[in-house]
Amino acid sequence: MRLALELILPALLIVCALAVTFSKRLLVSVVIYTSFSLIMSVIWVLLESPDLAITEAAVGAGVSGLLLIYTLKKIHALKGTSDE
Amino acid sequence: MSKMARSKKEKQTSWQRFCTWVNGGTAEQPLLPAEPAKPKKAKAAKPKKQKAQPVRKEWMGLSRFEHIYRICAVLIGVVMVGVLMIAVLQLPLFGSPDNPSVNEVVERYVEKGLEETGAVNMVAGMILDYRAFDTFGESSVLFLAVTCVTMLLMRDRNNTNKEEDLLTAREHVIEGYEEDIILTKVARIVIPCALVYGVYVVLNGHLSPGGGFSGGTIMGSALILFAVSFGMIRMSQFFNYATFRKITSCALMVYAASKAYSFFTGANHLESHIPLGVPGAILSSGLILILDICVGIVVACTMYGFYALFTKGEL
Amino acid sequence: MEHLLINHYETAAVILFGIGFLNLLLQNNLVKKIIGFGIMDSAVYLFLASQGYIAGRLAPILVGEVANAADYINPIPAGLVLTGIVVSVSVTAFSLALIQRLYQKYKTVNFDEIVLLARQKGDE
Repeated sequence: MRLALELILPALLIVCALAVTFSKRLLVSVVIYTSFSLIMSVIWVLLESPDLAITEAAVGAGVSGLLLIYTLKKIHALKGTSDE
Repeated sequence: MSKMARSKKEKQTSWQRFCTWVNGGTAEQPLLPAEPAKPKKAKAAKPKKQKAQPVRKEWMGLSRFEHIYRICAVLIGVVMVGVLMIAVLQLPLFGSPDNPSVNEVVERYVEKGLEETGAVNMVAGMILDYRAFDTFGESSVLFLAVTCVTMLLMRDRNNTNKEEDLLTAREHVIEGYEEDIILTKVARIVIPCALVYGVYVVLNGHLSPGGGFSGGTIMGSALILFAVSFGMIRMSQFFNYATFRKITSCALMVYAASKAYSFFTGANHLESHIPLGVPGAILSSGLILILDICVGIVVACTMYGFYALFTKGEL
Repeated sequence: MEHLLINHYETAAVILFGIGFLNLLLQNNLVKKIIGFGIMDSAVYLFLASQGYIAGRLAPILVGEVANAADYINPIPAGLVLTGIVVSVSVTAFSLALIQRLYQKYKTVNFDEIVLLARQKGDE
C-alpha cells in the first residue's frame, strides 16, 4: 500500500506538471498547480516531515493559488478566453 | 501580405539586413524572409487586439530564430535532465541509514537538542535556536517582499488610471450592498476556528509539527477569508496600513532584540540564561516560543498584505 | 534502471526540474513562466527532503526523556525546505506584482509582445 502510494504520487506530480505546461487556459493551469502543491503536501507526510506538510498545504495550496487567481483577474484572463 | 513584404525585403542584401538586425533595426527589415504564419500563431492572434496585430507580423520574420531557440532550449533541458539522472544513479539508496547526509551534525542535534534548546520538535529547535539568525533573515525577506509589492502595486497618485478606478468603485458598490449570505454564514463559523487553530499551531511550534511559518499562514488565511466575506471596509477598521507597519516592525524588532540578547551573554547563545522549563510544557524552551510568535505575526501580516495589495492596492 | 526506481523521489525531482526549466524557457506567457519556476522550486525541495528520509524512522519530534539519534530521521533538510517554501511564496508574490505592472503598461502578458512593444517604444 505504502509502496504503491510512494510510486503513484511522484508520477502524479509529473502528470500535474505536464498538464500545467500543456493546458490552454490559464485558470486551468493555476488550479492544477494548486493540486500539485496538495500532492506535494501528501508526499511530505510520507517523507515524515509533518512541518513541511502543514506549511506546504497552507502556503502552496492556499495563499499562492489565491495570489495567482487574483493576478489572473487583474490581467483579465478569467473570462473564458483561451490563452496560449 | 507576406508577398508584398518579401518583395520589399529583397531589395537589400542579406548582409545589410544582418547589419541592421544587429544594430537593433528589426522593426523595419527583418533578418530572414517572412514565413507563412504557423497555424498555432494564427490561433494565438485570434483575440482581436488592435495593438498586437502589427507586432505579430514583425515577429514572423524572426520565427526561424525562434525555432532554433526552441530546439536549443529543449536540447539543453534534455541534456541537463540526463546529467542529473546520471547523478541520481550515483546517489545512495533511498531511505538507507548510511546516507552521508546523516552525519555527526544530525546526531548532535537529535541527542543534545532537547537539553540545549528545550524544544520537543527538533525542526523548530533547529531553525529557531541553532539557526535563528537564518530565520531572522528569512522573516526580513518576507518583510522585504511585502515592501516591494507595496512599491509596485500601491495605488497612489502615480499608479492610478480611470478604468481601474471605475472598476474598483463598481466593485465597492457591489461589495457594500450584496453580501453573499452563504459565504458570510460559513465564514462566521470558519474564521474563529481557523484563527484559533493558527494560534494553536504557533504556540505549539516547539511541541508539535508546525511553528511560526505554518501557523502564521493559517492566521493570514483567516484574515483573508474575513476580508473576502465581510469586505475590505470592515477589515480596515481594525487592520490598516499603520497597524500593519507597527505590528510587523515591532515583531521584527522583538526578534532582533531577543537574538541580540546572546551578544550580551558572551556571544555564545548556546549557554542561554533563560530557564528552559519542562520539556513538553507550552511555557518552555526559552526564546523559541517568543521567536515563534514573532515569526507567526510577521508571516500572517505578510500573507494578508499580499492579498490586500493584490486585490485593492491598499493595505 | 532499478536504482532509479528505488530512488523514485529523486528521479521524479529531476524530471520535475526539467519540466519546470523548459516551462521557464519556452512558455511565452509570463504567468506560466512563474508557475514553471514554482515547479522547479518544488522539485528542489523534494530532492532535499528525500535525501533526509531514512526508512522506518520517525519524524524528529522527540518522544521520551533520552533521545537516540537512531530513532529519528534527519531534521536538517526539513529545516532548510521550511525556509525555502516561505521564501518561494514571497518570490512568487513579487513576480506576480511585476506581471501586474507589466500588464498595466503593455496590456499583455505575452513575453514576445512585451519585448517588441518595449523595443518600439525605445525607437520612438
